[in-house]
Amino acid sequence: MSEMSVDNSKRRFLVTMSTALGGVAVLGSTVPFVASMLPSARAKAAGAPVEVDLSKVEPGMLLTAEWRGKPVWIVNRTKEMLDQLAKNDDKLTDAASENAGQQPEYCKNPTRSIKPQYLIAVGICTHLGCSPTYRKEVAPADLGPDWNGGFYCPCHGSRFDLAARVFNGSPAPTNLVIPPHKYLSDARVLIGEDQAAA
Amino acid sequence: MKKYLFLLLAFPCVAFASASVHLDKAPVNVNDKESLQRGAAVFVNYCLNCHSANYMRYNRMEDLGLSEQQIKDSLLYAADKPGELMTISMRPKDAKEWFGAAPPDLTVITRSRGADWVYTYLRSFYRDATRPTGWNNVVFDKVGMPHVMQELQGHLGAVHRTEKDAEGKEHHVLDRLELVKPGKITQAEYDALVGDLVNYLNWMGEPSQGQRKTIGLLVILFLGLFYIAAFYLKREFWKDVH
Amino acid sequence: MQKLLTWVDERFPLTATYKAHLAEYYAPKNFNFWYFFGSLALLVLVLQIVTGIFLTIHYKPDAAMAFASVEYIMRDVDWGWLMRYLHSTGASAFFIVVYLHMFRGLIYGSHRQPRELLWIFGVLIYLVLMGEAFFGYLLPWGQMSYWGAQVIVNLFAAVPFIGEDLSLWIRGDYVVSDATLNRFFAFHVIAFPLVLLGLVAAHLVALHEVGSNNPDGIEIKKLKGADGHPLDGIPFHPYYTVKDVLGVVVFLIVFCAILFFAPEMGGYFIEANNFIPADPYKTPEHIAPVWYFTPYYAILRAVPPMFGSQFPGVAAMGIAVLIFFALPWLDKSPVKSVRYRGPKFKIALAVFVVSFIALGILGVLPVTPLYTWLSRLFSVGFFAFFFLMPWYTRNDTYKAVPERVTDK
Repeated sequence: MSEMSVDNSKRRFLVTMSTALGGVAVLGSTVPFVASMLPSARAKAAGAPVEVDLSKVEPGMLLTAEWRGKPVWIVNRTKEMLDQLAKNDDKLTDAASENAGQQPEYCKNPTRSIKPQYLIAVGICTHLGCSPTYRKEVAPADLGPDWNGGFYCPCHGSRFDLAARVFNGSPAPTNLVIPPHKYLSDARVLIGEDQAAA
Repeated sequence: MKKYLFLLLAFPCVAFASASVHLDKAPVNVNDKESLQRGAAVFVNYCLNCHSANYMRYNRMEDLGLSEQQIKDSLLYAADKPGELMTISMRPKDAKEWFGAAPPDLTVITRSRGADWVYTYLRSFYRDATRPTGWNNVVFDKVGMPHVMQELQGHLGAVHRTEKDAEGKEHHVLDRLELVKPGKITQAEYDALVGDLVNYLNWMGEPSQGQRKTIGLLVILFLGLFYIAAFYLKREFWKDVH
Repeated sequence: MQKLLTWVDERFPLTATYKAHLAEYYAPKNFNFWYFFGSLALLVLVLQIVTGIFLTIHYKPDAAMAFASVEYIMRDVDWGWLMRYLHSTGASAFFIVVYLHMFRGLIYGSHRQPRELLWIFGVLIYLVLMGEAFFGYLLPWGQMSYWGAQVIVNLFAAVPFIGEDLSLWIRGDYVVSDATLNRFFAFHVIAFPLVLLGLVAAHLVALHEVGSNNPDGIEIKKLKGADGHPLDGIPFHPYYTVKDVLGVVVFLIVFCAILFFAPEMGGYFIEANNFIPADPYKTPEHIAPVWYFTPYYAILRAVPPMFGSQFPGVAAMGIAVLIFFALPWLDKSPVKSVRYRGPKFKIALAVFVVSFIALGILGVLPVTPLYTWLSRLFSVGFFAFFFLMPWYTRNDTYKAVPERVTDK
């Protein structure tokens, strides 16, 4: 078989060329297959930003909107509620919202909101994904005398204040997530889209 | 206008006796974005009341060069969000009572019927007093659908002629169509409008068809390159074989 | 690297397998054009499995949702149209490649001793592939899917005595319905592919046991060189791997041309009527099976009902498919390859090819008296090739087969 005049460098070159082209072909055809598993147009349409009319939320009340299949809370915080927030600071894991993944940059403030009045947060516990309950009453029997309103997760007892910040000693490691949102007008908010950089 | 009318008359197609009817060539071109946009408007205004396009999302029309805002402003009558499907509120059961058959979904109508058929069909309604709707169609005899765009096209009437078959029996056959009552636009303008609409329907049948051809070309060019390498590779190794 | 390989080889015959099936599998050096289709069939099988998996991710086997989910794949899923067209074009490509592969076997005598079992595995693959294609064809749940399945399942009803119950059992309902779709989905994505893979493995093992045939029909193992390898053999790798790469590239160019520029292939790969959702109350005016089944369908229609039963037609169709199993024993010729056979076989082969293609064309045409008679004529041609084979292969004139293969 392998006779005298075998040009090995030529063979090596041709093998390298063909292998490279074959590699490009295989890699190139992987792209569509991988991409086909991304959210489809239907999933994107269902996960499109949601518009909410805030005028329906009375002071102190909570409204649950749905965005990308998750509950999004909108709480119309009263003046008294907002006044209580600062008192919690030393009992919180992340009072100043240092954890950048938990809220957009424009909500990194003491009320964790664009407008202090309205808290807009994803109602899913950062521990194991249960949905906490809204407990606005002050010092109820089951939550103790220090409770000044917030969210309590029935699954494992995580506690959050009315700015959705987690209390020390809760199983949940981080504050609740504030979704991207922007105000279309005073009373209309669009959840799921960032506000233009101010 | 005369040219088109002439065409319409010159191809009396028609003869009921034969099953196959002459179909006019639909002017489809998925690269003509302006035509597609006009067609989309006609579709939303005239078709989307009774016919659905259940598999088509409004925001797919961004591929036609429309912005989301433009879609919202001028095409979104029956839905709230641009991501929604082009569904209709009419229930198939009611529709069946009104028209005798539920109007078919139009998403892939040109793929089942062919663009030429749809193009000819939409231009071949004529007055027929024997039909409950008062309308009949050359390519779809006893059709349940009335002529939705009659205001635009006007009314065409049928001119019959008598033919004898092999056994000497006389048959009344449709010879050609004649304009009996002009519409708001000329026949040429109407043909162009239907052309845009069918162009849109054809695009909607497979919105990725333009992308498909572009990618196909690239893939085949790449394979051509691969062929050259594979050819020399094979030749080099087969020098060993005597 | 070498250490790792040694470690693996002590626990798994990696190097040994590589040598036995690639580097030191000696194949005849005179393979020609017809020998591409085996490796191409393997390529298409892989393609169908991979695209099938990705389609299954999005498809819904539910009569109320199936049609919509296919359109969903075509529109809403990124690259979904590509997955779908790859799979639908791949199905037809599979049959083209397999038919050419079978024809190769037929003309060069690859069904003859010692390759009878190899041939039988091949025919089994062909049968399973037909089932696989039939089940898959129902899944888009269009009009052609629905009525095609309805007609084919009703064929089983023609079987005497148990027919009605049999077709009822296959459908799981009184008509083709959601129950049928669901079970066809299970057959299509799990049951048949598993069987198919097993048979393909058996086909390859059998092939590598007996060695490949060649256009001269000579057993290259009879003449070995000093090194113990066949004189007319060359290692599969690198010689046939580089050659098959070339074949694959050419195949892919043709395949992609269809896939990207004519995926419906004028209604033969995807039919216009299949863009209308299945409607159990309305049969399309003209239904025909997909092109790869049409020769058998034409045979079915060619046989008139007898004794008030469709069964003779169904039986004829069944025999037409199963007759391939008998081929190794029907062929009595002393030589394998058509190159050394006489005129009788060549005429019979021509009659067979013409009949098979003509039946394929007649199978898509509507029934008219002329076409029915033509179908009968060509059905006779089809069966004559097989049933007269013992006679004409015994009485043919043959040329002397050389010792060594004739061309490289």
